[in-house]
Formats: sequence, C-alpha cells, structure tokens
Amino acid sequence: MRGWPLIKVLPQKTNLHFVKYARAFGVLSAVLCIASIVGCFWPGLNMGIDFRGGASMEVSKPAGQVIQLDEVRGAVSELGLGDVQVQGIARRDNNANDGSSAILRFQVPEGRDQTQVVQQVETAVSQAVGQVTYSGVSVVGSKVSGELFTSGLLALGVAVVLMFVYIWFRFEPQFGFGAVIGLLHDVILTFGLIVLFKLEFSLNMVAAILTVIGYSMNDTVVVFDRLRENLRKYKTMPLREVIDLSLNETLSRTIITGVTAVMVLAALAVFGGEALFGFSIALMFGIIIGTYSSIYVGAPIILLWGVKRGQIEEEAKPVKLGMASRP
Amino acid sequence: MIQLSRWKIVVLALSLVLGLLFSYPNLLPAETRANLPGWLPKNGLNLGLDLQGGSYLLLEVDVPAMRAKRIDNIVEDVRTTMREDSINLNGLQREPNGVLATLANPAQQDAAFEALRLLAGGPNQQGVQERVASRVGQNQVRFGFSQQAIDGMASTAVDQSIEVVRRRLDSSGTKEISITRQGADRIVVQAPGQSDPAELERLIGQTAQLTFQMVESDQQLIQLAMQGSVPPDSVLLADADGVSPLLVKKRILVSGEQLTRAIVGSDQSGRPAIDFRFDGVGARRFAEATAPQNKGKRFAIILDGRVISAPQINEPIPSGSGQITGGFTLQSASEMVNLLNGGALPAPLKVEERRVVTAELGADAVKAGAVSTAIGFAIIVIFMILSYGLLFGGVSVIGLILNGLLIIAAMSLTQATLTLPGIAGLVLTFAVAVDANVLIYERMRDEARAGRSVIASMDAGFNKAMGTIVDANLTTLVAAAIMFMFGAGPVRGFAWTLSIGVFTSMLSAVLTAQVLLGWWLKVAKPKTLPIADDVAKTSSKTAPAAAE
Repeated sequence: MRGWPLIKVLPQKTNLHFVKYARAFGVLSAVLCIASIVGCFWPGLNMGIDFRGGASMEVSKPAGQVIQLDEVRGAVSELGLGDVQVQGIARRDNNANDGSSAILRFQVPEGRDQTQVVQQVETAVSQAVGQVTYSGVSVVGSKVSGELFTSGLLALGVAVVLMFVYIWFRFEPQFGFGAVIGLLHDVILTFGLIVLFKLEFSLNMVAAILTVIGYSMNDTVVVFDRLRENLRKYKTMPLREVIDLSLNETLSRTIITGVTAVMVLAALAVFGGEALFGFSIALMFGIIIGTYSSIYVGAPIILLWGVKRGQIEEEAKPVKLGMASRP
Repeated sequence: MIQLSRWKIVVLALSLVLGLLFSYPNLLPAETRANLPGWLPKNGLNLGLDLQGGSYLLLEVDVPAMRAKRIDNIVEDVRTTMREDSINLNGLQREPNGVLATLANPAQQDAAFEALRLLAGGPNQQGVQERVASRVGQNQVRFGFSQQAIDGMASTAVDQSIEVVRRRLDSSGTKEISITRQGADRIVVQAPGQSDPAELERLIGQTAQLTFQMVESDQQLIQLAMQGSVPPDSVLLADADGVSPLLVKKRILVSGEQLTRAIVGSDQSGRPAIDFRFDGVGARRFAEATAPQNKGKRFAIILDGRVISAPQINEPIPSGSGQITGGFTLQSASEMVNLLNGGALPAPLKVEERRVVTAELGADAVKAGAVSTAIGFAIIVIFMILSYGLLFGGVSVIGLILNGLLIIAAMSLTQATLTLPGIAGLVLTFAVAVDANVLIYERMRDEARAGRSVIASMDAGFNKAMGTIVDANLTTLVAAAIMFMFGAGPVRGFAWTLSIGVFTSMLSAVLTAQVLLGWWLKVAKPKTLPIADDVAKTSSKTAPAAAE
C-alpha cells in the first residue's frame, strides 16, 4: 500500500538549506523579540488577580436568563472600589455564550476588609439584577499577589539557568549558549503572544511558559544530540553543512512530534472551556515557537560561535553512544 | 539487543497489573470503595479544589498585632505591680520589647526591681525565660520580653493558631478540612466540596479573646473620659446595648485562658446563656474580684474588644463558675461555646487569599477536562496509526494506554492533587510520550536507510535513541521540579502530573515497544522494516556529500 503509513510520504531525505536563511530569520526573530519585550511594558501584560491582587467573582443565572452587565457595573461602582471590570463569559456547563454568566473583577482598597467588601459586592449585585449564583470567588491580597509574582518570575529565571547548566554539562559550552538563547527567544516570544492576544497572565500561565521551556529544550536536545553525533561522524565536513544535515535528519521527528502536540493542545483550547483556553493557546504557540527556534535560533548560534571539533572527539571516546559500532 | 529478555516482560506485566490494581478504584462508587477489603487499594484520584469545588483560605497570623497586645499587657502588669507595692512612678515608657519605668524616688529602685523579678517568674516549660527585669541607671527599671521569647513568638503563635483553628473546625463537624502551615506566619485552610465558606470564615475569623475587666465606678473619672481625657489605665468601650459608653479598666482580671469549660445553659427567664467554669488560678482571681469591697461595682465581660455584658457584683463568687447572659440565640450561644472551648487565637488571623469554587463549577471543569482529554487521546491514536501504520503505530498506542493507566494509578496511589491545568499536563504528557516512539522509529528508519538488516536497524534504533530520550525527558523533569518548588496550588498539581508522566512514559513507551516489537520480530521474521522508505526511492537520491 502506497501512502500509508504516512511516514513514507514524507520526503525521505530532505536537503533543505536551513543555515542559508538563518541570517534573515535571525533578524526576524530579533525584531519580534524586541517587539515582545516592548509589548510587555506597553501596552503591558494583562495581569490576572494572582499577580495584581484583588478579587474576581463569577456570577451566573439559570441558562436563558440574561445578566445586565451595565446594571452590575453601575451597582458595584457605587461601592467605591475603583476600577470595576464586568465581562460576559460563556456558561461553564455547556460553553454557550448566552449572556447568563459574567465575571467581575475589582480591587479591594487598602485598609478595607476583604470579606466585607466581597459581601458588599454580592449584595449590590443581587439588588441590581436579582438572584444570581456565585460559582467561583477568588480574592488575593496585595501582599500575596506580590509574592506570587516574584516567585513566578524567579521560577522562570531559575528554569532558564538550570537548563543552561544542564546543557553545559551534557554538551559543550557553545551548545549551551545556543540552547539558552533559543530558550530566551521562546520565552520572550511567548510573552509577546500573551500580550498580543491579551491573555490573562496568571499562575497557570507561568506553568504554561515553564512547560514551553521544557518542550523547547527537549526539541533542542534532540537536534543537538544529532549534531554532536554528526560532528564526530563527518570530521571534515564544514560546520554549516553538518548543521544542515542534522536539522534535515531530525526534521521528520520534529514535525511529527510538533504536529501531535499542537493538535492535542488545539483540542484542549476548543473543548477545555474558558479555564483552559488561555493556557492551551499559550502552550500551543510556545511549542510552535520552540520548534522553530531549535531549527533557526539554537543551531545557527553554534555556527556563530564555532565548535572546537577535536575536543568533541576526545570527549566522545568514553561515551557509550559514540561511533564505536560504525564500521 | 532487541530480544525478549525475561526481566523486561516481567517489568511490563508487573506494571500492567499494578496499574490496573491502583487505578480501578476510580471506577467504583464511593460506598463500594469504602467497603473493599483492607488489603485492596481504596484511593481514587485526589481532585483539586478547581475540580471538586471547595474553599481555600490563606491566613496570615497578625504577629505585630499580637506583640503589641502582649506589650500592652506588660505595661498594665508593671503599672499594677508598682501601685500594689507603693512605688511611685514618674513615667512609663513603652519600648519595642517591653516597658521602661522611671521611678520618682531612686531609693526604691531595688524594691522595684525585686517586685518585677517576682512578676517575671521562672523559665517556662521549654526552659525559656520569657520575661526579664533589669535595672537601668540610677532611677529606672526595665521589664519586657527576652529576645528569645520575641523570636519564638511568631512561630509559637502560628502553631497555636493551627491548633485552635483545628479544634474549632473539628467541633463544627465539617469533614476533611486540611490545615497546614505555610512559610513563617501563614496558615492554609482547605475545605472540600459542600462546606459553607462563609461559616468557615466566621469560625476562623474570630480571635475569641475572652476577658473579664473591671468597670470604672468613679463618676468624676467617667465624666472626664466622656469629655475626651481617658485615664491611661482605662479604655472607653461601647456597652452591650451598643449605645452608652463604658469606661473599662485595661487590667485583665481573668481571661479565657483560665476557662476549663463552657456549655450552653439558660438564664432565669429561660433564654440561652453560657455557663462557664474557671480553673484554680482563675477561680481565685475571680473570687478576689468579686470580694465584698467590690460589691456594687460592675465588671465587663469582653469578647474580642466588644462588651458582651457588664453585670453588677452582688456577692463573692468563690466557686469559679458563672454565667454569661446577653441576648444570645441558641445558635450564637453554641457557636460561642465552641469558640471558647476551642481557645482563643493568640493573634488575629487576616485572610490574605481566598478562593471558592462551587461543586457545580468543579463538575463542569471535570467534564470539560474529560472531553478534551478523550479528544486529544483520539487525535494521537489516529495520527500515530496514520503515520506509522497498524503495527508500529499500534504498538505506540498500546504504550500510550499503559501510560495513561500508570499515571492514573500513580496519582491515585500518591494521592497527588489533580487540577484542571494538571489535566492539560496529562494530555501534553501523552503527546510527549509518543515522542519517545517517534525518536525510536525515526532512528530505525535512518538505520534501515543506511542499508542495515531489519534486526540490526531496530536494535540500533532502540539503543541510539535512548540517550536522546533520556536527555529530552530530563529537561521536562527539571522544568517540573522548578514548578513544584516555586509554584502554588494548581501549578504544583500540573508539575506533579507532568513528572509522573515523564517516568511512566519512559517505562511504557520504550519498554512496550521493545517487548511487543521483539515478539513480532520473533514470530513474523520480517524481511523489511514496515516503516522503512520504499526501496525504489532510496537509490534515487544519494547520501549528502559525505564523509571520510
């Protein structure tokens, strides 16, 4: 049977000249990274209450009944809580956007009791639009939110450093630099996407970015493993060609794994409901970026730095997975 | 070597059996689960707050407030002691750890120091001298907490608070509430499902500091206090009726700590009241306070700074038992009894973070998670079989199913919390687990392309891909470890799911493929690798401008 398994349809030996376009893509990546960094400050991240502090409450009426958002807004803004956001959301039970569910976000002013403020808001909402149920209420104090934000950023920083250390030990320093620059690239661009799509930056989002870091490294390691192996195999081949060869050889795996992950995450984004949407979207784009970066950021960086090839050969001897089995 | 080594089959069979054993309680309803024989695992998945519904409260013990209050007490103690010993003071100066008293007559310094040394008492049960007295210069004495006591105060306060909160929640009858310490001065209270978050906060939010203090009877002083000059040893509080103010002495006669027992009783007219009994020390002090010379005066019963009632002293009460009346309902009386018996919190608890999810919302999240997991799983199965055919694709699907089984078993066994992001982690784990198969298969294809036999290329595929697989999985594990260290709540659940997934996928994806494909090799004795490129194409392109 031709065409199935599909793997036979993929060109069995691609010979794409990735490195040739590395310069152009490098410029593109740099521009996008700068745009993303700028975007994180202006217009800035859409901080969730995890990191900004304040309260969020989900209110809903039975399906079919509509909550008048303006009335809710009016009633709550009379309580003097500053900026109150009221936004319609899809129903949690059937994902229908029929106006019967909404989410309220507000700040608890300094010096006022959280519990009391939440009760006041509940009373005000009930008076304005009648009986509603409160399905989810979160209140985060300013002290805790500050700590969560710091520890979230710290986690991202530590992750990048540890990955660098890991690659440094496992490969050569040049590989480490390539991997870390690829990693930073992925993290920065994922932040850019979060800003672009106005996704809520919350604790879950930090988990998403950490996973992107894990995946991006995973992808990079696969490419680097092959690159190192080929550097030993083809001692005289110019570095640029070895990189191209390694990228081509791992291409089918890169595509299959990447496509699988992206399809699965797309299913999560579509069927996972409001709570998983932002999370899955960020993961999905992060993985696409991670795949791109291991081809166009990680490997070409090594070309910039260059590799001492004799050194690799020496270190390679005791490694079990080396070339000993080759005739 | 790709051969059917016995230990691999044993490990695989064992993990299948254990996987089934530990994951199947999830299929049983709760009652059946509870009635299983003792040796069978009973735990199902431990659903997080966002899937199960419930309340999460992060409380901070207000240590500065507690310290300030304790120093208030010290100031009053010193003032009283000095008065009782007829030592005249020129001033009392509050300090960070205590109080500095300036004596009117330097000759009394020794007497003052002796009196305070007696007040300080000996070391406590842990051998810590909590309060210390010292002479300062010619005419001052200092009295206050030792540095050791101040340092230990926060930690002790948190421990005591946890104890008190636990007693209160236990006696309220709410089930399965977890109370844990977090960091230096925080407490996390998690209550599942049905419990009423408002009741939870009412139970925790009250300090329940009960004190008995004398009410000032000197009309002149009361007049002055009303005009704004409150004497330093007194405080103006609203009376139980909430209207007329009451001038109350700061000195605490007896406090809730001396209570041995409180129960709901009823007053003469049959309304709910609270009967209480003091311990020996409390009874003696209470008897002194109600002694004949105080007849006709009033004392105030104060709970958390609020006067509950201020009865008149008619006769001495030597027995140490009494009754608090003051417009209780049966419910408020029993709640108060619960609070009093549970003991007072050493310091107020501030709610710093509060998350409430209703059970319905949790059920909806479970549904969404289950649906998207099933769809994600189906996508992987279809894609793998389409890509690698029934045999090789099928083998990876079997590995995937085993993987799912093992993850559920491991999470049920360790009772790790499964959260909504955790479900996403699970789905992603499936995608990454398949990556191990993809790496192995692609390696086999490479080797076949290089002209090796079926057995040799499959063997090399497993061997060479292994290093890459381990490397790749380790990076995910590092990321998960960091999430676990720095993350809170749902993020930790995600990290845990991810890590368990890494281990189980190594086991299931690699081992299943080795055993099943090894078996296939033995039985079918294939001439070509089903996933290799078609031979006709192979010769048309040459290997890259290669080597040596």
